[in-house]
Amino acid sequence: MTRVGVVLFPGSNCEQDALEAVRYLGGDAELLWHGDSTVQGVDAVIVPGGFAHGDYLRPGAIARFSPVMAAVADHAAAGGAVVGICNGFQVLTEAGLLPGALQKNRGLSFLCTTVAVRVESTDSVLTSEATTGAVLRIPINHFEGNYTCGPETLRELQGEERIVLRYVDNPNGSVDDIAGICNADRNVVGLMPHPERAVHAILGSTDGAPLLQSLLKTGGRLRATA
Amino acid sequence: MVCESGSVRFDVQVEVRLREGVADPQGQTIERSLPHLGFKGVEGVRVGKSIRFTVEAPDEAAARAEVDDMCARFLTNPVIEDAEVTLR
Repeated sequence: MTRVGVVLFPGSNCEQDALEAVRYLGGDAELLWHGDSTVQGVDAVIVPGGFAHGDYLRPGAIARFSPVMAAVADHAAAGGAVVGICNGFQVLTEAGLLPGALQKNRGLSFLCTTVAVRVESTDSVLTSEATTGAVLRIPINHFEGNYTCGPETLRELQGEERIVLRYVDNPNGSVDDIAGICNADRNVVGLMPHPERAVHAILGSTDGAPLLQSLLKTGGRLRATA
Repeated sequence: MVCESGSVRFDVQVEVRLREGVADPQGQTIERSLPHLGFKGVEGVRVGKSIRFTVEAPDEAAARAEVDDMCARFLTNPVIEDAEVTLR
């Protein structure tokens, strides 16, 4: 059974949803305390949503220095899966595990709604069980979800098909409608939508399930390692 | 201010700004609001933040180097922000 560790920072608020979703989908889930310098040997790490360290200075700016983040970086460098959801995406960009940055939304609105996102690549730890072109209805819940990056980075993301999810109707001004990206090795994924909030009919959508199932099915490993 | 160790304590002001070309929704909102209050002709509103502290260093060049390093690694996100540092 795939073991998923969900990082808990002071100020995280989606960690229980992530734990529940992983367990509901058949995975093993446990919390990882931000102050511990280890990911406890889990197969995959989820950096959940919320306001890690109060979002002081910038979202993710302080979280990046939490002791667990060095272990998360080591886990990623060794090919292990890391998924940052919402604030977790912001943390991963600040930590340099993903390129770019998340700015305040265009129009300066806090967005709390369900949006349609299109699967653009199935070559990542979070999308391998999804279907290219499939449109998923998944909640968003953010003020700083407007993805931005330099033109060179954008060309790289586009050229290497590292934009894994795009908004059908861009809600926040994200460059190139980006809702989620992955790193060059495709084992680190960041996304603003909350798949953990869309895994059961009672939540209004089950469209997040294939994403988290990808993480469980790959056992945190996109490709078999030698 | 000269400290006992012979080093100097500087007052530092770091003004963090969005890089040129990076959209500033806060600035745009303020700019759109001002005419409603009768302030006409305002353009180019940009919102940043100001961080103030003191730092001890052997001299101004050393203090500036330290603050520049703080800006690059922590106080700004170089993808979207830069900083203007003032030492006194």
